[in-house]
Amino acid sequence: MVNDRKDLLAEHEALETGRESVFNMEYGDTAAQIGEADTWQDKLRTLVRQNKLAAFSAVLIILMILIAVFAPVVAPYDHLKQSLTERLSHPSMAHWLGTDELGRDVLSRIIFGARISLTIGLVPTLISMAIGTVLGLWAGFYGGKTDFVIMRLADVMLAFPSLLLAMVVMYTMGGGLVNIFIALSLVNWASTARIVRSQTLSLKEKEYVEAARSIGVKKWTIMFRHILPNCLPSLIVLFTLNIPSAILSEASLSFLGVGAQPPSASWGLMVVRGKKYLFSEPWLSIAPSVAIMIVVLAFNFLGDGLRDVLDPYLKEQ
Amino acid sequence: MLSKVLKRIAVSIPVLVGVVLVIFVMLRIVPGDPVTTMMGEHVNPAVIEKISREMGLDEPLYVQFFKYIANALRGDFGTSYRLNRNVTRIILDSFPNTVKLSLLAAVVAWLIGIVAGIIAAIRQNRLLDRLFMGCALMGVSMPVFMTALVLQYLFAFKLKWFPVSGFDSLRAMILPAIVLGWNSAGSIARMTRSNLVEIMQNDFIRTARAKGLREHGVIIGHALKNAMLPVVTMMALQISSMLSGAVLTESVFGVPGIGRLAVNAIETRDMPLLQGTVIFTTVLIILGNLVADLLYNVLDPRIREGA
Repeated sequence: MVNDRKDLLAEHEALETGRESVFNMEYGDTAAQIGEADTWQDKLRTLVRQNKLAAFSAVLIILMILIAVFAPVVAPYDHLKQSLTERLSHPSMAHWLGTDELGRDVLSRIIFGARISLTIGLVPTLISMAIGTVLGLWAGFYGGKTDFVIMRLADVMLAFPSLLLAMVVMYTMGGGLVNIFIALSLVNWASTARIVRSQTLSLKEKEYVEAARSIGVKKWTIMFRHILPNCLPSLIVLFTLNIPSAILSEASLSFLGVGAQPPSASWGLMVVRGKKYLFSEPWLSIAPSVAIMIVVLAFNFLGDGLRDVLDPYLKEQ
Repeated sequence: MLSKVLKRIAVSIPVLVGVVLVIFVMLRIVPGDPVTTMMGEHVNPAVIEKISREMGLDEPLYVQFFKYIANALRGDFGTSYRLNRNVTRIILDSFPNTVKLSLLAAVVAWLIGIVAGIIAAIRQNRLLDRLFMGCALMGVSMPVFMTALVLQYLFAFKLKWFPVSGFDSLRAMILPAIVLGWNSAGSIARMTRSNLVEIMQNDFIRTARAKGLREHGVIIGHALKNAMLPVVTMMALQISSMLSGAVLTESVFGVPGIGRLAVNAIETRDMPLLQGTVIFTTVLIILGNLVADLLYNVLDPRIREGA
């Protein structure tokens, strides 16, 4: 039985390869052109050509990642080093964005804070999307009770105001960056699950999935090797658009005092600590806010651009 | 229609029970005993045990849950640890402030959002369009606390037009309303523009123009009506999320509303108050979704008849 299945699989692969070569022989250049139109490089080229702002945002994001990675080299000062004699000094050549209430260089703290914001943007988003993708695939593919349970759970999660729910998770587990990772991962999976589920529902009716089924390919293989790759464009767009909301959530949680804890250089925490000096030293809270806004804008521009190129369907949704 | 409403309400009930369950379990797995947290470490263990018994915290979790549901259905969310008052009472005292703030913010968001969206759509790809859409994207991307701090600095501190914080007069309410509405205005403007641009490509618009209708007549009489449908739904969703507590805005401006109540409950580790606030706000959101859904039905005869 197992051998039969293996033979069938081998046959299926051979057939696919054969079909491809016959197709290439018959249609030659046209086929190559059709294939080419769908390549990733082509789509990226379209993005750069059509949406300069998105391309600029991508460069900006890469630059910010580099700055975050090489923060100790780029930052003019140690972000934790206090100098009480220089506390609350105005922006100058020595300290471009001034110093905070403990005499720490604000620019250096913003540079080191980029590490926190980008990590918070990337890691919990990846985790929550991985959870959402698996659950969405599972619900869409199996349907029935599995689908019902998973989707009702998603409904429950989506019913909560996300910031309040994240606050409750932080209340339960206490402040700190690792707990923010957990809170945001737990809170944000439901929207991904919904989108992946709806795509799985339509993809599982496709002929290639039926073909794979009929030759006995395992369900999990169909889900992860045949359906998932076709959800990728939407997932990439969603990933790019979820990053800024995770960054904003972290900043908001830290601003409310339930996120990152001192002496961390979290941008949200810097804003709330600078708020006390808003009327005398406004740069203390405005500078990290601007940093948050630039990162969020860059990801939003890039996400919008990618959506237009990769997945116009998501725009309609 | 009535059966549709009832069906929609029936779907919301399991979600509501799920919400209460999630919050209930989450707040019960907090490390440490809630009574010790409330009273401090140095209180006699006998006193702690007595209070735990009085509050029903010594009972099994599922008994506590069903009791909580039964009480909540009667509108009783328990007693606040810190304030020693009925949680429902505290929430209802704060709620009018949140309602005032939300309504004002909604007016700001809808006025700015719809007008900017229409102008941007009419002036598509021209300077005004780019300017308004740039501002809208800023509105969506700007952290709420940043908008709040910038406005506080400019209009309260520098120009002294409004008080820095507080919520006791209409003047004091304007800045928080703008801050809360700014973000929503951005999304409304973007949506109004994109819908209007799409609708303006339709044949009936060409017909309206061909029969000699003036441009503003075409836009207001024909295009806008059709373009506003998803926008109205979005507005219903936005107002429910505003009502559910603008945590950040209320915190920055010291508005004694639902959002600030939740933050205070976390700061003082007041579990019943936090639980009540989160459940109350989530119910508001679920109701908002329900209204938005039904509104769509009322406004679009195609959906109504298709049902």
